[in-house]
Amino acid sequence: MSKKSALKPPVSRQVRIGRVREQANYWIMCLPAILWLVFFHLYPMLGNWIAFVDYTPKKGIFGSTFVGLQHFKYLFSLKDVRNVISNTVIIAVAKIILNLFVPLIFALMLNEVRNVRFKKFVQTIVYLPHFISWVILASILSKIFGYTGVYNHIMGLFGKDPQVLMSNSTFFRWFIILGEVWKECGFNAIIYLAALTSISPNLYEAAAIDGANRWQSMRSITLPALRPTVVLLATLAMGNVLNAGFDQVFNLYNPMVYGVADIIDTWVYRIGLVNMNYSLGTCVGLFKSVISMLLLTSSYALAYKFADYRIF
Amino acid sequence: MVENRTRTAKIANAVIYALLALVALSCLYPLWYTLCLSISKKSAVDAGWVSAYPIGFSLANYKKIVSDSVFLNSVWISVRRVLVGTPLTLAVIVLVAYPISKSARAFRGRNFVIWLLVFCMLFGAGLVPWYISMVKLKMINNFWGLILSTGLPIYYVILVMNFFRSIPKELEEAAIMDGAGQWRLLIDIVLPCSLPVLATITLFVGVNYWNEYYNGMLLSTTDTFYPLMTYIKSLVIPINTSVSMTPEQLKEMAKLSNDGLNAAKVFVALVPMLVIYPWLQKYFISGIMIGSVKE
Repeated sequence: MSKKSALKPPVSRQVRIGRVREQANYWIMCLPAILWLVFFHLYPMLGNWIAFVDYTPKKGIFGSTFVGLQHFKYLFSLKDVRNVISNTVIIAVAKIILNLFVPLIFALMLNEVRNVRFKKFVQTIVYLPHFISWVILASILSKIFGYTGVYNHIMGLFGKDPQVLMSNSTFFRWFIILGEVWKECGFNAIIYLAALTSISPNLYEAAAIDGANRWQSMRSITLPALRPTVVLLATLAMGNVLNAGFDQVFNLYNPMVYGVADIIDTWVYRIGLVNMNYSLGTCVGLFKSVISMLLLTSSYALAYKFADYRIF
Repeated sequence: MVENRTRTAKIANAVIYALLALVALSCLYPLWYTLCLSISKKSAVDAGWVSAYPIGFSLANYKKIVSDSVFLNSVWISVRRVLVGTPLTLAVIVLVAYPISKSARAFRGRNFVIWLLVFCMLFGAGLVPWYISMVKLKMINNFWGLILSTGLPIYYVILVMNFFRSIPKELEEAAIMDGAGQWRLLIDIVLPCSLPVLATITLFVGVNYWNEYYNGMLLSTTDTFYPLMTYIKSLVIPINTSVSMTPEQLKEMAKLSNDGLNAAKVFVALVPMLVIYPWLQKYFISGIMIGSVKE
């Protein structure tokens, strides 16, 4: 056999058919997912054209009169919209920051626990709220903090008059922010706990021999070891600046607190689907989708550049 | 000096244990409270006396919901949604994850499919266009709407794909020598190696279908099509309390909402969650870690 033919074996007809069949099989495997994406992700995206036309259901999306950016101009002149955007950013950013550091403190505290059974017990329970939907939690929480609920009951023991907390603006914004932090605290701590287990115990032993106490070894061993994780999570969280948590707000809010709790997603629901102002609803939705996509893309790009993190 | 140090350490320890116990209790309490409300006497619930333990044991609420046909129907819809939706979604995820776990040379469409997935993951359609499309696709009051409208969970596709890539290639190569095609490889080699990740995804997808209420609400025009979570959402009387309401009026409103009965329904919605929780616990930690695989 010559050297040339060993490098480039002749492709027989059978092999070629085999290759085509292989590719066909792969495509068939992808087909259900592609169909699902086309009908339930891509096809709805076309509807964003509503933002640029005077939509009437009779004429259809592409039959309605084109009006350019008119809706957008009107939209950003509304005081409501500016308020909704600022609410969204305030709530989302507060959640992002607290969701980074509260779970960190929680993980550090759990790391100090020497009693294995107590540690297991705490860990088992704190993950639970993550899996309970906001519909359920909201109905329970609004009872606990309701007029005849536990909170007012306890306050009554101290001689305080019962309050309607759910319509109190100052209370409500903190309630939304801290409620989410409480619900996700355990779950968000998992990544920190995993990073903690990868720290070599030798470091702590060496520090103990040098006379460091637990506080000192936490500051100079544990925290530096966790820093990359915190930075990575912070970068990835950037994409959520316009996600203030629709399910939570939607299930807890009421007209009394719209001023501080109304976020983009809840506003779009009410304007777009309840009041059937399709064009305005689409405009705000599109605005949010575009900004979110830019934020997500750049956060992934940064995470890749600085932490070598890739989703695939 | 040394004594002082051990004393502060002891106090710090005690504070840590106390705080952690408090956090854990705060996570359990809502469930316990719901149970208490549902099995207490109605008069005690309405007066707001129930907080730490049930007052006056009664199963009246549970007897009532067993004969509530709208409630039972919504439970049945949710059960069907989970039982049909989970295997279906899982199958689609696995089928698409396998080809894209191959190199672009082995599967020439790989990059196209991946970019399609990523684009759909990053860019949402927006609520209004989505809703109009669902109407056009005849998903209103349609059982399949409840399953398909949530879309393909792309994040899980990527998770499974990353796992498939971590399976040693030698395993498949040996089977290829024996003449196995791709379907054989997927079913006989890849899937048996992936049971932990498949268990994780199954539980996550199932929990998501069980907990989903929003699409159920948007896509149903009557409560006979509501899944359980949408039904529970509809129970909450929208509070339009203004500060000017008198305490008597507020108490009247609390009575109207029948908290004990609602608590029983909420508790029923929680039971499946609590039953599968031990398995969920076992798998989700590994699941999250797989998601952050770097290669």
